[in-house]
Amino acid sequence: MNLFDILGPVMVGPSSSHTAGAVRIGYISGKLLQEKPANAEILLHGSFATTGMGHGTDRALIAGLLGMQPDDIRIPQSFEIAEKEGLHFSFSNVNLKDVHPNTAVLKLTGENGRKIEVEAASIGGGRIMIQKLDGIQVNFSAEKPTLIIHNLDQPGHVAEVTSMLSHKSVNVATLQLYRDKRGGYAVMVLELDQPVPQESIRWLEHLEGIIKVTYINVD
Amino acid sequence: MSYQSFAEIIEICQSRDKEFWQVILEDDMSERNVSREDSMQQMHATWDAMLLAAATYDGSLKSKSGLVGGDGAAMERYQREKGTQSLCGEYVDMCIAGALQMGESNACMKRIVAAPTAGACGVLPAVLVPYFRHRNRDTETILKALYVAAGIGQIIAYRASISGAAGGCQAEIGSASSMAAGALAYLQGGDCMCIANAAAMAMKNLLGLVCDPVAGLVEVPCVKRNVIGTVNALSCADMAMAGIVSRIPPDQVIDAMKEVGDKMDSSLRETALGGLAQSAEGLKIAGQFKAETDS
Repeated sequence: MNLFDILGPVMVGPSSSHTAGAVRIGYISGKLLQEKPANAEILLHGSFATTGMGHGTDRALIAGLLGMQPDDIRIPQSFEIAEKEGLHFSFSNVNLKDVHPNTAVLKLTGENGRKIEVEAASIGGGRIMIQKLDGIQVNFSAEKPTLIIHNLDQPGHVAEVTSMLSHKSVNVATLQLYRDKRGGYAVMVLELDQPVPQESIRWLEHLEGIIKVTYINVD
Repeated sequence: MSYQSFAEIIEICQSRDKEFWQVILEDDMSERNVSREDSMQQMHATWDAMLLAAATYDGSLKSKSGLVGGDGAAMERYQREKGTQSLCGEYVDMCIAGALQMGESNACMKRIVAAPTAGACGVLPAVLVPYFRHRNRDTETILKALYVAAGIGQIIAYRASISGAAGGCQAEIGSASSMAAGALAYLQGGDCMCIANAAAMAMKNLLGLVCDPVAGLVEVPCVKRNVIGTVNALSCADMAMAGIVSRIPPDQVIDAMKEVGDKMDSSLRETALGGLAQSAEGLKIAGQFKAETDS
């Protein structure tokens, strides 16, 4: 752990996992949606479901969706702010199999109709792990610039992406590949040491066989 | 951090004639690849956040469950009225009030600095803020004390744990108290051995402390446990400054904390399935809270 993981984070209480981590889950999910969220259906699992209310987990998740960071003093008023900003939301409990005890599922719709479903866990000290995106395993922390590419499962796409990154002098920290079946739908998750230029993201989006490109770079 | 023990840090302090805080600062610079100014600036921001949190305590607030709030204000009133007539005396009473206030602010969803966790956020500011205000210390000296505290926390996190779910309350309040004791020993002019002894004694005194939050909330007994972490840190720093040493070396104390945590039943590690959480009153409170949140 680095020094400021011990002295920090600066956060709104009462719990780094149930409050600060929940804000971050909302925040990263909002970034992944890539537009202003208009509707959020949120499912809470495990300890999030049983002690979440007392820790303000619900208000924390909504605050994050509204773009607040874990140290934002408006977090306790997030429900009222959501109403003013036109964000509709609902909460319910769910029992998922084989997931971290502090897990939430966020089904989001943006103001222009874009939809995503995020499954994320708060893994302690305010840090999080995005476990699934639209039902597919992804497993990234969003602490580094992260590129998520949905593509057809055919030869060459990994090479296209990595040669673009090499050309831009971007180093790959981690690379994960998932697919639903051979020749089907595939997802590539790359955590990077440097940010990726916007024009390179747009270039990727126009490649044949690439279905969707999501890029997030926070902090 | 690249150091895994007090022994390594003490060795560097002695062989290269450095202070404890210097070793930790230089390690942060190399670990995160930042300049000295960047690191100090971030520590300054952390300290400012602690000061702001202490200054903006609101004694009229109650936590969501209604269990905590207002005790910090009551303690501050008592301290003002009694002055030197109280048992602990003015200065310690001020620290006690500070610990209660920060713990309550956390429970009431105000902004705090986790040190090392949100539940134990009261201990470090409770000893440092009165020291800063009443002992005429400049900000830079306090920042150095924060590096000492953070270094101690990093050793504990590496060798044992700073999570109540993993090691019980000894890993949260015990760690915070150990960090605070070391910081105080530094502020009082103690060398690296004195810092390590203060930290070791503070941890030893809280070994075995379980995490048994009523209704699973960071409220009862968490807020008041910040007080024992604070008073324990003050007394251990004074003992270390008096030349008293820990008979068990600091690194072995931390290892013992890990062993105790590993042996601790899971019902006593932040699950609310044992201890005060399962007392008759604790269960009653949990039942009422559940009924309120379900409705």
